[in-house]
Amino acid sequence: MHDAGKTIYQPIDHTGDLGMLVFGADLHELFAHAAWGLFDLMTDAERIEPRIRRDLTVEAMDLEDLMVRWLGELLYAYDTDRFLTVNAVFHVLEPTRLHATVRGEPFDAVRHPIDTEIKAVTYHQIAVERLDAGWQARVIFDI
Amino acid sequence: MNAHHVPLERIDTHRWRIPRHGGMNVDGLVFASDAMMQTIRGDQSLQQVVNVAHLPGIVGHSIAMPDIHWGYGFPIGGVAAFDARDGVISPGGIGYDINCGVRLLGSGLSRHDVQGRMREVAEGLFRNIPSGVGARQQTVRLSHADLQGVLKRGAGWAVSQGYGTPRDLEHTEENGCLTGAEPQYVSQRALERGRPQLGSIGSGNHFVEVDYVAEVYDDEVARALGLFKDQLAITIHTGSRGLGYQVCDDSIKTMQRVTQQYGITIPDRQLCCAPLSSPPAREYIGAMYSAANFAFANRQLITHTVRETFAEVLQRSAQDLRIEVIYDVCHNIGKFETHTVDGQARRLCVHRKGATRALAPGHPQLPSVYRDLGQPVLIPGDMGRYSYVLIGTRQGGEETFASSCHGAGRLMSRTQAKKSARGRPIVQELEDQGIYVRSAGRATLMEEIPEAYKDVRDVVDIVHGAGISRKVVQLRPLGVIKG
Repeated sequence: MHDAGKTIYQPIDHTGDLGMLVFGADLHELFAHAAWGLFDLMTDAERIEPRIRRDLTVEAMDLEDLMVRWLGELLYAYDTDRFLTVNAVFHVLEPTRLHATVRGEPFDAVRHPIDTEIKAVTYHQIAVERLDAGWQARVIFDI
Repeated sequence: MNAHHVPLERIDTHRWRIPRHGGMNVDGLVFASDAMMQTIRGDQSLQQVVNVAHLPGIVGHSIAMPDIHWGYGFPIGGVAAFDARDGVISPGGIGYDINCGVRLLGSGLSRHDVQGRMREVAEGLFRNIPSGVGARQQTVRLSHADLQGVLKRGAGWAVSQGYGTPRDLEHTEENGCLTGAEPQYVSQRALERGRPQLGSIGSGNHFVEVDYVAEVYDDEVARALGLFKDQLAITIHTGSRGLGYQVCDDSIKTMQRVTQQYGITIPDRQLCCAPLSSPPAREYIGAMYSAANFAFANRQLITHTVRETFAEVLQRSAQDLRIEVIYDVCHNIGKFETHTVDGQARRLCVHRKGATRALAPGHPQLPSVYRDLGQPVLIPGDMGRYSYVLIGTRQGGEETFASSCHGAGRLMSRTQAKKSARGRPIVQELEDQGIYVRSAGRATLMEEIPEAYKDVRDVVDIVHGAGISRKVVQLRPLGVIKG
């Protein structure tokens, strides 16, 4: 079993698809780890420098919807501006709304070889759950 | 719920029934052999066939083709038809890559004409057709008005700009344009994602492939389609790129709430949907048709680049090369079609997610030259083995809302494939088999190694055996361009 305090995320590597189980001590860490996991699946997140900051606001109907929209927002920033996110700090994080400052940098083909192009964040089997110790989320991507 | 608990009854050597139970509105119908069913049972795709059967207004069966595998909400390889009056539309049942599809080009060349030249041809195609994740090279710069034209008119827009001929349109599903597209429902985000990507392949399993006709199973039909043994052909597999992904993404977000508002209960949030008669459905259809048209225009522009590249590399005229569209099919799409159900003609919204339309002979939507034959069905395999051209049958017309399979389906996960490909000279291995591969990313090539896929022949043999479409020719690759 994974200790929610130690593991950031674990890929779900299914035949045709890709997803992740994300762990966090609290909701803030869970959402920050989810961002890291998304970009670590696409490239090597360790090589993304937190050089540039951006502010983001996301609204949703519940916590699971918020997770999907949050990651969708980061994916959109990558797809249009080539912006790779590496970390996030939350000023507001409620089930229906978040306001965050994210840090990262523009895609650089040399330092950020792309492993997998993720098309979208799906609602398929989406789960954001409180465990005995900390939080866990399951997210499936369309690739 | 585990797939092992899904009740399954064998109908014959090619068919299985999932009897209606729980909240299902109809039975499930799965096309597969014994051996395939063993694999299929290993994932959750049968449960997904069951889940789709829960949706309001579903008609006939919740159908799965032999290349069925686990998808999001709907299984990949799924076909579901909903009554136009009291049914629903579900964006997840059409997929993110709206009108992902396949176009086959025939030619006046034999494979002997490119002997010793395939490396140049592959390199030329790779140079001229933008591919891969980071592709910034653009085939065409689109103004706002151009993009609106693409969304409204599809491949017709491309032809009006000189990227092809009216004949190309006649040989494309829906003549390369879904009428009723309403670009005003396409979000600014979707437009931004799509604008730089028209005329590009993308990454993953998308490709442009140079093939030759290796086997002919039905001489008469092959000849009528313009195919002959050893002929050089080109297969294009791509869709609506970021524009389609965003249209799907936007609508799934909207429909989370809509599903609740209309009091529809669904077993998985990804199955969110709207009654076909509702405003949210109308808006989604307007946007989805626009994305489908983008995909038709995309394959049309790539066709143009393929023609130019062959002319440039082989130094031969267009008349001499005779690169003509054989057909172009969608395999992620939702459309209104009329089908006979229990002896009654009904207007239905047919969802095909990883399934290909396969019209029976005589269907009025077929181009006149193919009217008596049925619709060509294009089934790509992996980059090392073969692909197939099939033809629609009456049986398919009656049993599957005129639908067939769409491809091989993965056998290995991407990580497994990469592990198995690590350290191997993939490009050289394929070149030793006479296949010149060029790819923007090494990761893609490793994920796409031939053994990562099921043998597409097994899939095709089931739809042929079941009679829902019939084999015409087998194609084998000579050169492949990947993202």
